[in-house]
Amino acid sequence: MRDKTEYMVVEFSRAILLYGIVALSLIGLGMFSFITLEHEGHWLTGMNNQVVWGLPHVFAIFLIIAASGILNIASISSVFNIKIYKPLGRLSALLAICLLTGGLMVLVLDLGRPDRLVVAMTTFNFKSIFAWNIFLYSGFMAVIAIYLWMMFEARYNKFVGKVGAFAFAWRITLTTGTGSIFAFLVAKEAYGALSAPLFIALSLLMGTAIFYKILFWMDRGLGVTLGSEIISRFRKLLIYFIFTVFYITVLAHLTSLYVTKNHDFEFFLLFSENIYTFLFWVGQIGFGTILPLVILYNKKLSKSALGILLASILVILGGFIMLYIIIISGQAYPLDLFPGYNESSTFYDGVISAYTPSIYEVMLGLGGVGISAAIYIFAIMVLDFTPTNLDDKHILEQNQKVTP
Amino acid sequence: MKKYELKLDRRDFLKKSSMLGVSTIAPGVFFQELAHGRALDEPASSKIRWGMLINTNQCTDECDACVTACNEEHGIEDFGRPTTDTQWIRKMTLTDELSKKSISVPMMCQHCENPPCVDVCPTGASFIRDDGIVLVNKHTCIGCRYCMMSCPYKARSFVHENLENQLPHAPRGKGCVESCNLCVHKIDNGENNTACAEACQKDGHQAILFGDLNDEESDISKQLKKYATKEVRSDLGLNTAVRYRGI
Repeated sequence: MRDKTEYMVVEFSRAILLYGIVALSLIGLGMFSFITLEHEGHWLTGMNNQVVWGLPHVFAIFLIIAASGILNIASISSVFNIKIYKPLGRLSALLAICLLTGGLMVLVLDLGRPDRLVVAMTTFNFKSIFAWNIFLYSGFMAVIAIYLWMMFEARYNKFVGKVGAFAFAWRITLTTGTGSIFAFLVAKEAYGALSAPLFIALSLLMGTAIFYKILFWMDRGLGVTLGSEIISRFRKLLIYFIFTVFYITVLAHLTSLYVTKNHDFEFFLLFSENIYTFLFWVGQIGFGTILPLVILYNKKLSKSALGILLASILVILGGFIMLYIIIISGQAYPLDLFPGYNESSTFYDGVISAYTPSIYEVMLGLGGVGISAAIYIFAIMVLDFTPTNLDDKHILEQNQKVTP
Repeated sequence: MKKYELKLDRRDFLKKSSMLGVSTIAPGVFFQELAHGRALDEPASSKIRWGMLINTNQCTDECDACVTACNEEHGIEDFGRPTTDTQWIRKMTLTDELSKKSISVPMMCQHCENPPCVDVCPTGASFIRDDGIVLVNKHTCIGCRYCMMSCPYKARSFVHENLENQLPHAPRGKGCVESCNLCVHKIDNGENNTACAEACQKDGHQAILFGDLNDEESDISKQLKKYATKEVRSDLGLNTAVRYRGI
């Protein structure tokens, strides 16, 4: 079916200028960090031989899974045929490309030898999930490009459903691949096969929350009126996905707690006096799960655009913290090489390794966010990605027979 | 002018030249065989599997000769930043949770037959040689550190610093991952011993024995047959080439 939505090319305005300055500044910080680290070496970061993946990886994985999740809005309209989301399809696909590019950029620029990217792109070990991910990520870009083409070209609108279904399957595989990076670590107690479904659920939650933030900005900055219908839909999506992430989190910890040899790690993470326990209960559960749910179920706040924005920001914060806990705590917790013995050495065996991110890691991560934002701004100024109006009247008129 | 007369008949010529031939070629053939050496253009053979046996009963807590020797052999510097400084081999102190008895063990890459680092490496830079040595190809390592995440022995280090004055036989580089290579340059030279094992022998501890696990006549194979030994994290099924006695 043809898309009857009216789209526009966004013109230069104060909002665009502000957004652009922020994006370019972040890219500047990222570049500065990259050049410094490339010149001096990684000792300037908080990462070390114990915690080998740090804040840049949290940023990168956050952006990559958010990219997969943000495409969900396009999938809902083209795969599940819920037409009210149709005007958001193009933006959804664009944002997926933006976030993925930003995430990959951080991942690549944090490599010890980023100059060898061409080696990574040409020499593969197919037993490595990393090698598969290179294909999954680059393939994702290609699939979205075709998806966008089908959406933009009125004659090909009829194929959107099929290409959308393919993109849907691809992004589920992509997030599985990203989650499996951790699932395939044989010796670490912190990770298991549940990493993959957890990452998929988290990707849907992050994607929805980030998309809502953009919609809110479009409403205030670009004058694209956001109707109560869309707001209410995003509220519901946020609720579903918060519960899904929470469910898998509980399931993962309960499963792990059942196994005696994992007790030490679980107690370290959940009931000790360390930063991860604090981040888990206060950050992930308190600010990232309970508080957003309170807002989303509050009579007044649940109906206001600002209330949903607040919930979205909290959810994004919670998701970021969750990834930080997953990635860092699993490395900080010592490996048990000799069960039954207390271990010690000059290489930090048997102790919880300290990790404090350095400013260079923060800057590198923010650089990735800046790249995502800059591509978005540039794209909406050259092509008609942005629907002119998202109020209830337009949405219902443009796409009749709205499925509830 | 004096004339020299060559008094050599055909029989003498054949006899002397064959003796010369044998005496020239034989030592090469014989010593090469003795040394298990091989020509540089000859690939490593899977007939050999290099490994180590560490006798913890002989290893003392205060001695770190193996660590010092390894650092010297490979030009590993101390930058005074212990969390990021490279360690190919380290001394671990293990204290029995019940009896509180302490033992000291050297820990390094265990040169698994099924190494997780090789499985996860996206570019195939982590690889296992036919003779069982797990190595990093410094030309294709992109410094992603996934191998470090996957190693059950925490045996690998990432080069966090700019390096200078590297040794020709031990090329290293900032931004790459590295670990114990069983002194592969010494093996390829036919020395067939590692710096750590040599240092340990020199100090009179004899705690580290290096040799060919596939050769039934080697000391290491004989000792492995004679004594109870242990593979660290044998539950993972990696079949390590480094075994421990006395744990």
